[in-house]
Amino acid sequence: MDRTVSIISKNFKKYNIESIDEYLSLGGFKALEKAFDLGPKGIINELNASGLRGRGGAAYPTGKKWEQASRVPGHRKVIICNADEGEPATFKDRYLLQYDPYKVIEGMIIAAITFNANEGYIYIREEYKYLHDKFRRAIQLSKEKGFLGENILNNGFNFDITVFSGAGAYVCGESTALIESMEGKSGRPRLKLNRTSEKGLYQLPTLANNVETLAAVTSILYTGGEEYGKYGTPSSRGTKLISLCGNVNRPGAYEVPFGVTLREIVYDIGGGIKEGKALKFLQLGGASGAIVPPSLLDLKYCYEELGNKGIDIGSGAVLVADETNRVVDFLKSVQDFFLHESCGKCTPCREGNRQITKILNRFVTGEGSVEDLKTIERFSNVMKYASFCGLGKTAPTALLSAIEHFPIEFYQQIHRVRKTS
Amino acid sequence: MKNCKVIIDNKEIIVPEGTTILEAAKKVSVNIPTLCNHPDQKVKANCRICLVQVAPKKLVTACSASVWDGMKVTTHSKLVRDTQRGVLELILANHPQDCLKCIRNGKCELQTLCEMFHISKSNLEDEIDSLEVDESSPALVRDHRKCIKCNRCIEVCQDVQGVGVLSHAHRSTDYCITPAFEKKLMNTLCVFCGQCASICPVGALYEKDDTERVWNALYNENLHVIVQIAPAVRVSIGEEFGFKPGTKVTGKVVAALKRLGFDRVFDTDFTADLTIIEEGNELIHRIKNGGTLPMITSCSPGWINYIEGFNPELLNHLSTCKSPQQMFGALSKTYYAKKINIDPSKIFTVSIMPCTAKKYEAERKEMSSYGYRDVDAVLTTRELARMIKSASIDFADIAGEDFDAPFGITSGAGVIFGATGGVMEAALRTVYEAITGKELEKLDFEDVRGMEGIKEAQVDLDGVSVKVAVVHGLNNAKKVLDMIKEGKCDYGFIEIMCCPGGCIGGGGQPIGSDMKVKEERIKGIYDIDKNMKLRKSHENPAIKQLYEEFLGEPLGKISHKLLHTHYSPRNETLDLDYLEKGYEVAATEQ
Repeated sequence: MDRTVSIISKNFKKYNIESIDEYLSLGGFKALEKAFDLGPKGIINELNASGLRGRGGAAYPTGKKWEQASRVPGHRKVIICNADEGEPATFKDRYLLQYDPYKVIEGMIIAAITFNANEGYIYIREEYKYLHDKFRRAIQLSKEKGFLGENILNNGFNFDITVFSGAGAYVCGESTALIESMEGKSGRPRLKLNRTSEKGLYQLPTLANNVETLAAVTSILYTGGEEYGKYGTPSSRGTKLISLCGNVNRPGAYEVPFGVTLREIVYDIGGGIKEGKALKFLQLGGASGAIVPPSLLDLKYCYEELGNKGIDIGSGAVLVADETNRVVDFLKSVQDFFLHESCGKCTPCREGNRQITKILNRFVTGEGSVEDLKTIERFSNVMKYASFCGLGKTAPTALLSAIEHFPIEFYQQIHRVRKTS
Repeated sequence: MKNCKVIIDNKEIIVPEGTTILEAAKKVSVNIPTLCNHPDQKVKANCRICLVQVAPKKLVTACSASVWDGMKVTTHSKLVRDTQRGVLELILANHPQDCLKCIRNGKCELQTLCEMFHISKSNLEDEIDSLEVDESSPALVRDHRKCIKCNRCIEVCQDVQGVGVLSHAHRSTDYCITPAFEKKLMNTLCVFCGQCASICPVGALYEKDDTERVWNALYNENLHVIVQIAPAVRVSIGEEFGFKPGTKVTGKVVAALKRLGFDRVFDTDFTADLTIIEEGNELIHRIKNGGTLPMITSCSPGWINYIEGFNPELLNHLSTCKSPQQMFGALSKTYYAKKINIDPSKIFTVSIMPCTAKKYEAERKEMSSYGYRDVDAVLTTRELARMIKSASIDFADIAGEDFDAPFGITSGAGVIFGATGGVMEAALRTVYEAITGKELEKLDFEDVRGMEGIKEAQVDLDGVSVKVAVVHGLNNAKKVLDMIKEGKCDYGFIEIMCCPGGCIGGGGQPIGSDMKVKEERIKGIYDIDKNMKLRKSHENPAIKQLYEEFLGEPLGKISHKLLHTHYSPRNETLDLDYLEKGYEVAATEQ
């Protein structure tokens, strides 16, 4: 049974992005026309009706976010599309940029109408360099057709989009770090004394959204909020793009309605584990997400059911690891990533990652101790509760969930003193 | 404004909306521990020590989080204490634990936290970065192994002083506070103001210690060792010995210096008076002869370093007067040497300054125009306190003594050099009388006093109205310099002091110079002035005698050689050779 759906991903591989006419023939920019008719209030109503939540990881209701933002005064406002998809094992935004860039552009224009902004930036990660020019081309074609630029569709509304390249830092996916980096400063998160929607890029009112969120907005206006909201579960409505990867037969980006089970994702959509091996664990939401043991495979993929188990959907990554993977080895790779990506600004993240990496290495080489296990758990919690931004707060998530679900894997790596006669 | 009802540790309190948890907690007598936070600076929330609990499993930093109506705060729940201790352990694991040997032993904010939390043991292994200590400059030392990355020094260097030498670089465990490209301070445009050292919570930035050099001079029987004390020191050094900020301890310092073994103890106020005569006459000369205006004061060496490095095209606006420290030094090796009949090479001149940049100034090549180094060693207030302590002098108890002649007779005008606006006020007292020939009725120029960044006043000099300005903090100086460059500046005379508050807020002053402390010190300075009989530099009889016996006239030939100088553009690459030459001069003298 195919549990995937095609709402946001409807146009994937259906048209040549070099041709805006092909996009138009698939119903492209119809949502934009509707958005002009609806106006900011109408757009927000549709979003509220759809139940859409931010797809970047924080899952804040988009309708609510845009409603609050739309009340911010200011004559110069900015829209940012966060395409710094840096979360390991996540590539669904890349699919959108690669196969349906106009949908993202359309979403950004709709956001601009709602927020009354005239400037737009899309911050695309440096590693997607090969997409930068393609996206610029899509912007150019949209402009030629009158969807961008001055007096869009004769509505007297001006909006333009500039492509901005990231420089490779994971932390710049965090919206304030992204803004700092756009301002030419080093990419480290800002102390948020104001909402970004009030003081963001260059202290201007800024509305920043993830690529998928903006694409979903386009789909919602196209299909109608109610209609979109019919997918999913009562409290996790709609659909989600997931990035399925790892030791699975059919990796790729898929769109699923909320409420499918993890088992369906791995075995039905993914076609099961490669070479018929047994599943060891999943990691949901990327490197900053929790480790899920096979015993939880029947959990529904939705905010509340996973949330109850302390698991976040996060970016939508579903990483599959088969039985040949040792948990401690996997954690080491996660830990090395965070040690490399911590910006260094706050103590818990900078020093916590350093210490945890060192101790974790002892488990990898079989030299850990019971004391060590307590220490990494303790400092994982220090990081979780005390870090400045989401990076440090979520860096120990995998480790903590692994200690919970796979304690035996740690005990096996504890150094035993050999008794000599 | 809306009020919020907040419960902090079971105590209810009503505070205005926007109050931080940290401020609100103070009102219920809870001082939440902090490290990166500083009362004069922006909230940073980097160190993550000031955590409090606001909901189950929810901690926030009290320095940055504002209260909301109905908020319940716990400042020492198990989660809070465990996490705070964890953060502290993490800092300690990356911090050299050589506290007993550290210059900040006993005055270190990290040490205080450790005492509070009593971290007796930690399961973490030390991970100390192996970084080189930067001792390149004669003024400041940077030991960034000890840096806890609080970013205070960056804020002071960039926002307060506008120098921007210190910044952060790299990320994760490589994250560090450093000049660009990890240059040494001597190869940057650092002005050596020492504001970074003064605000550093730990021992990562500090003054270059010259106490041993001074001890050795004192032990050398062939040397006649004399010392001068800057005005700002007398209202601050008491803090090192338990006195309140602003307490006047002039007599005690003089007595302590005599106990230490200095042959003569003099007052920089004397050459401050002399500076006024020379600078005042220079100003009159410029006004009368169409010289470059506005004229800007030149007594603050950090300021000199700044204009040389950042705005060399405006150097002709600077007064050519040396600073009082250097004037004193020059006189000590000439006038004084002759008077007591000692070979100048046998005189070792020490100065006690609130300032780290003075160390650099004393080593400049311009400062030995007649074959001898004006000043041989400069000690900051902190260093003198260390010497007094190490000589077991009971400073609190010691009976005051008087300065020695001939450089001990001073006026109130000389004292107020220590506070922002002081040089201006002292100059106006003299210039007014010199130009108008009338006696000044009201000596206090209130307009130029106080902590406002740029202060203006209009002075009527016998029909000629002159607009003057007083500036402190280099970022403010930059604003005025920009005005001059844009031709929008109508000031005739500008006093610029490098450090906020003037010399009383100098980088060599006792640790803990926050805004309140600076205000107390300023009060102390003006109190001394008010209670002095002599309050105008030109009425100082010792100054008159000096001109009669030695200098002849203001701006005269001897003055020109000894008391005036010229400054030159400074850039990052030139700097090293420049100072090396300076050192050569010093070396050949010995």
